[in-house]
Formats: sequence, C-alpha cells, structure tokens
Amino acid sequence: MSDTVSSTVRDIVRVEDVRKTFTVWRKRGRVRRERVVVDAVDGITFSIAAGETVGYVGPNGAGKSTTIKMLTGILVPTSGLVRTCDLEPSRERVELARRIGVVFGQRSLLWWDLPLADSFDLLRHIYRVPAPAHAARLAECTELLELDPFLATPVRQLSLGQRMRGEMTAALLHGPELLVLDEPTVGLDVVSKAKVRTFLRDLNAQHGTTVLLTSHDLSDIEHLCNRLLIVDHGRLVHDGSLDALRDRYGGERTLVIDLTEPGPPIDVAGATVHRIDGPRQWLRFRRAETTAAALVAEIAARYPLRDLSIEEPAIEDIVHRIYVDGA
Amino acid sequence: MHVSEAWTMYRHLIGARVRSQLQYRTSLALDFSVSFVVTFLDFAVVVVLFQHLPALGGWTLPEIALLYGMSGIGIAIADMVIGQVEDIHVDIRSGQFDVVLLRPVPTLLQVMASDLALRRIGRVLQSVAVLVYALAAADIAWNPARVALLPVAVVCGAFVFGATFVLGACLTFWVVGSTEVASTFTYGGNQMTSYPLTVFGPWLRRMLAFAVPLAFVTYFPGLYLLNKPDPLGYPQWFQFAAPLVTAVFVVTAGLVWRTAVRHYRSTGS
Amino acid sequence: MPYLVLVRAGWRRWSAYRAATVAGVITNTAFGFIRAAVLMAAINTAGPIGGYDTADAVTYTWLTQGMIMTIGIWRWTELAVRIQSGDIVTDFSRPLDLQGAYLAGDLGRAAYQLLARGVPPFLVGMLAFDLRFPEHTYTWIAFAAGMVLAVVVSFGMRFLVNLGAFWVLDFRGLYAVSSLFLTVASGFAIPLSFFPAWAESLLEVLPWASMVQIPIDVFLEQRTGAALARGLALQVFWVAALLGAGRAVLRVATRRVVVQGG
Repeated sequence: MSDTVSSTVRDIVRVEDVRKTFTVWRKRGRVRRERVVVDAVDGITFSIAAGETVGYVGPNGAGKSTTIKMLTGILVPTSGLVRTCDLEPSRERVELARRIGVVFGQRSLLWWDLPLADSFDLLRHIYRVPAPAHAARLAECTELLELDPFLATPVRQLSLGQRMRGEMTAALLHGPELLVLDEPTVGLDVVSKAKVRTFLRDLNAQHGTTVLLTSHDLSDIEHLCNRLLIVDHGRLVHDGSLDALRDRYGGERTLVIDLTEPGPPIDVAGATVHRIDGPRQWLRFRRAETTAAALVAEIAARYPLRDLSIEEPAIEDIVHRIYVDGA
Repeated sequence: MHVSEAWTMYRHLIGARVRSQLQYRTSLALDFSVSFVVTFLDFAVVVVLFQHLPALGGWTLPEIALLYGMSGIGIAIADMVIGQVEDIHVDIRSGQFDVVLLRPVPTLLQVMASDLALRRIGRVLQSVAVLVYALAAADIAWNPARVALLPVAVVCGAFVFGATFVLGACLTFWVVGSTEVASTFTYGGNQMTSYPLTVFGPWLRRMLAFAVPLAFVTYFPGLYLLNKPDPLGYPQWFQFAAPLVTAVFVVTAGLVWRTAVRHYRSTGS
Repeated sequence: MPYLVLVRAGWRRWSAYRAATVAGVITNTAFGFIRAAVLMAAINTAGPIGGYDTADAVTYTWLTQGMIMTIGIWRWTELAVRIQSGDIVTDFSRPLDLQGAYLAGDLGRAAYQLLARGVPPFLVGMLAFDLRFPEHTYTWIAFAAGMVLAVVVSFGMRFLVNLGAFWVLDFRGLYAVSSLFLTVASGFAIPLSFFPAWAESLLEVLPWASMVQIPIDVFLEQRTGAALARGLALQVFWVAALLGAGRAVLRVATRRVVVQGG
C-alpha cells in the first residue's frame, strides 16, 4: 500500500466497502424460474491518488467491469461509498463525465458510419471543448498514435488496432483527469499493443493523467502500471506494487522441454520437473534463481533437445494461488 | 442544461447525421418518393371506403380527412425526430447504452440527436396534402380561434406522438422483446385518431385516446374546427385542452424515461 | 429427409423469440379491434359493402390479423442479407436445392407463426364478436389448401425480391417498392371487393390477392363453385410462376457469381 499520501496529492478515486448485488432469474425446468442473488462486488476498499497508474486484474466474472462501471457512473452501487474526482458517480453523472475518459474494448465511443475525424469534431461539441485546446490535443494524439492515414476513413472500415487508437483519442480530447480503460488491448496485434502502452505511459508521465486499466493480459500491467489491484469473486485479494506481487508469488515460470524420445526426468540445477508426458517434460524454475536462457543452454548441452517453449503463469493461476494462500 | 445549449448540441450532432444521409442522395430520393406514394395509397383506401358511404360516424370524407391529416402530420414528425428511440432496445441489450451514460449530455437528448429520418418527410407532405384537401372541401367557419387552434393542435400532436414513442421505448428497459407493444399506441393510435371517436367502443376510446391523450390533439380540436356537436357528450373545454394535456403528458414521459434509465443503472445490461 | 429437418429448424428458430411473440400478439389483437370497429361502423351506416355484411367484415378483420405473420407479407430479408454479405456462397456449396431449402424453412416458420401469432388474436376476435364460420365441410378443406398456397405464393414473391440483392446495392429501397403494393393489393387494408369493379378485377389476378384475399373469400364463402375454383387456380398459377421465375433468376445470378468470383 502506497505510503506517500500527502495533503497535496488528492485521491482521484475513493472506494469504501462497495458492494453490488445482482438478482438473476435462472430457469429451473420448463416453466419455473428461481431467483439467484449474485454478489458481483462484495466489499471492496481502495484509493487511487492523482497521477498513479493502476492495474485492475482478475479472472472473468471477478467483478472488474462492475467496479469500473460503478466508478464511472454507469452502474449504481448497492451499498458503500464511491467517489471519483470528488464527485459521487451515481448522482453527478453529467459533471463527472466531463472529468473522466473511458475506453471500452467492447463498446465504441465513435460514430460508426462517419469518418474518424467527424467523430472527434462531434465530441468537441458534446464536451464543449474550446477549439484551440481541442486542436492541440488532437494534434498530439494524431502524431503519437499515427492517426493521419485513416482520419478520413469511416469508423466501420477501420481495423481493430486503428479503431482502438481512435477510441483512445476520443476519450482524451476533453482533457480528463482520469482515464479508465476496460480491456483495451483485447484482440490487438503485438505492434498495436506496444503503441498503446507507450502512449499511455507518456500520457501519465507528461500530463499527469491518472490511469486505471483492467486487463486480462498481465504484460499490459507489467509495462504500464506501478500498482496492481487483484480482485477475485468480488473481493480485493492484493493491493500493492508489481514487485510485491512477484516477490509474493515467487516469479515462477515453466519451461516445456521436448526431447527426441522419452527419457528420465531432466536433472538440472535451479529447476524441478513437475510433469512428464512421453518425450515432453515440464520444468518449474524461479525467476530469482536462474534464467530460461541459462537453463536451456545447460539442458541442450546434456540432453537430446528437440524443441522447447516457455509458459508464463496465467493470471488465473496467480490469483488462485494468492487467494488460496490467503489475502 | 439550458434550452439554448441543448439546441446547439442538437444542431451539431444532427448536422453530421443529415450530411451522412444526404451523401446517399439517390437512395434518399427513392425512399422519399416511395413513402410519399405509399402513404397516398393509405388515404386512397379511405376514399375507396367512402365510395359506399356518405358519412362515417357522422363525419363526411373531408371531415375525416381533417382528422387524418392532423394525426398523420403529428406521427410523421414525431417519427422523424424521435422514432429512432424504438431501436433503443438494441443498445440496451448490447450494453452500448453505457456510452450514452458516459457523455455529459442528458440521455434523451442524445437519443433525439442520434438521427433525423429525412425519408419520413414523404409522409409529412402526404398528410399536409390531405389536410389541405380537408380545409378546402370541408365547411369550416373560420375565426381567429380556429385559425390559431389548427397549428397548435398539430404541433401538440407531434409532441404527444413523440412522448408515446418514448414511453413505448421505456417498456423495453424492463421487458425484453416488448418492442412491438409500443406500435399499438403509436401506429395504432394514429390509425384510430384518423377516424372520429364515435366509431370506437368505450375500451378502445379509453386506452388509445385518453391513456395516450391523442384525442385531445385530433378529435376534440376537430370538433371545434368543424363546429360539430359531440354525441359522446364530453365537456366542451376538451376542445381547447391540447396544450395543457400535451405538457402534462410530455413531462410524464420524461419522468418515466428517467426511471427507466435509473433501472438500467441499477441492473446493468 | 433433409427438407423436413429444415422445416423443423424453421419452426424452432422462431419459437425462441417468446416475449416478442407475446408482444406481437397483443399488437395484432389491438389492431384487430381498431379495424373491426371502422368496418362495422361503415357497414352499419351504409348496409353491406362489396357483399360483406357485419359478420363477414369482422371475420375478415380477424382472419387478416391472424394471417399477417403466417403469410409473411412483410420484412423477410434473410436471403438478401446473406447475398450482400457473401454468405450465400456457403448455401451454393450445399447439396440441397437452394429455393427448396428456403421454402422448407419458410413453411416451418409459417406453421409456428400460425399457431403462436395467428390463432390467439383470432380466438380473441371469436370471443368478442360474432364471426361467420363456413357452413360446408369442403370449405374448410379448400381454405386449408388456400392458406398453404398463400404462404407459398408469398414465399415465391419474397424469394424473387430478395434475389434483387444480387444486383441492387441498397436493398432497402427495392424492398420498400415491393411492399408498396402489399398492404392494399393483397386485400389486407380493405377487402378487394370494396374497390370499384374494374380495380377489383385487376387486383384479383395480381399475385398479392392470392396471398390474402383469395383464401379469406374462400373461408367467408364469398367464393363458391366456379369462383372458388378460379381462386384456387389463380393461386396455383402464381405458385408456379413465382417459383419458376425465382429459379430462373437464381440461375442467372449463380452464373454471375461463379463468373465474377463472388
């Protein structure tokens, strides 16, 4: 937990014991239906100070999107306190909308059948941004995200990567204090992902925009965030820096070795075999103790190595482990 | 948000929509002419019926044409300006309505500004043509009150139909797949108020002329314009109540919309 | 038999939309009351019109309200959408006759909508009004035959119109033109016998009358004897003509697709 809280740095986001329950009607047989109460968010508390970059991760159904929606005014909490930019989202939706920018992977901020540039112009009127400020921000985004080639293209004809860059621009044209991104890199190619990450890092560094990012992709968080919130089953199970997470989890990776033929467990320092299936062996090793390169070199020197791959820990595994270990 | 701010916002947003429609000029022209001809066929059916009768419910063809024209202009304008709210159920199910909630603009204004169906102008013009025929052929004793009442009733009609479109859409926030029910009140209401209330039984009258107060923008003003007695015995001040009733109904629709949006914000998509 | 499977599939697709069906039934029923009121007021004023008395007119109203969805007069653009998206190519590669396959699916749809959206409004009408039912048993049989023929005539027309999507980019406009005549020419707006004689004779032989007016007049026993035979013959003629035209146009379109590469 960050302990650099000072009176001059305010909390952009403040969430205290927030809960959200949904009532779902589930079918029971042919006609009857039963009422099921789902605790999507079950008492979450955290704060985000201005200028932070925070990652918000968890498995599917953990409550990530629900929390985001409550922070941005889309959903009204069942109970608890939510303050974004010093406003109560459920009551001051319109005022809050001026101060935040939100990017969804699944929903579009743009006008589908109009050229991208027209969307930006419409947003200028919607947010009532003074023309010079708008032009300046648009110019900056155009340059950093390389929008020029497709500014005149209708949004429905854009590739996913192009569209996401457009969405990001759309969310920032009114100069929000807080940028919230919900799964922004889903489906993007590697190059587009890198561009987006760089852009967000610079946005935070140069403009001081607070960034809150949910993602399934741990590497997004690694590249971008200095703080990580992990949520599982509606509860917060980790709140701290990434280093803290790595230390806690131990930074374990798995090296998958394919030998030319089945053989006895590979014996190599720094790694332990935890599974064998014919010629394939899975070796676990810790980041702190050795590197993949070193292991591969040693294994290749002593064993008939045919192929190999590396498995990174899945976010679900990390979360599960943390949850099992206890918060 | 002030009215002038809302109007400026609307103008900008609608401008983009209109420009984009005008791009497909041939398609727009075709839509327009088709709807113009189709709606003439619609009134032609009434004319055919009147080949067999001198009057229906005590109203002659020109008098019916007055009702038809007033009702038609009302629904056509409402359809043009806010008919797209019928499709809101798509955005609700898909969750795209979230984006509406993220913008610093009232939600209903955003829905209104999302489209202006120019092709509906065909129906507007056709109804105006029928109305002109009615004014020429019916025996109206014009006085200042009648001259004022006609446009007031028509404008109020557009508002009442618009509010009905909105209320119909609100239902889809709660009941999935209920979209068609709204057309009972909008298009059904239009069909009903093209004829005098005397034609219909008490239940239909209650539902489609009073629950949704369409009779106040068609039948009752029509009675005053044509100086006809009301065999149903409704009070005479009904004939001038259009602005008041419209205001109450529009405000009610706005409140129901707010409640519907609050429901969406409680239950998610 | 593969086509039977398609019929069942057509049924099942539409039975999934239960809430929409209920909403549709409510709307159909409401419109039934409105239309019946207007026709009854007219006939009460002027006496029977076009051979229809009050019972005829009311029965006509509820039959048409029940028939709308079944006959499928309005928006069916599934084929056109598949053509314009290119999905039609997968249909070509299947070992089934394309028109037959779509017809089978349509029959399944029609059967479902007859039961789900046709019967309920008609029952309401039956309870609220005095309807005229056929006196003779053979009328029921002729009516059943007429209904099936009407669905196929309607399908033939829709299929043909949808094929226009191969040539016309903005299909919506084309469809609007075709539905131009639908309501009036089919007899759905008012009975065709209300029209002046010359108009009625013209409309009778057009395909739209075969979709609605002819089966209704069979039920109401407005068409008996020679007129009955004539009506059914017209329907059969249009089934053959429209399905035939559909196949011919499809052949042209297929060749075009194959030559141009889709």
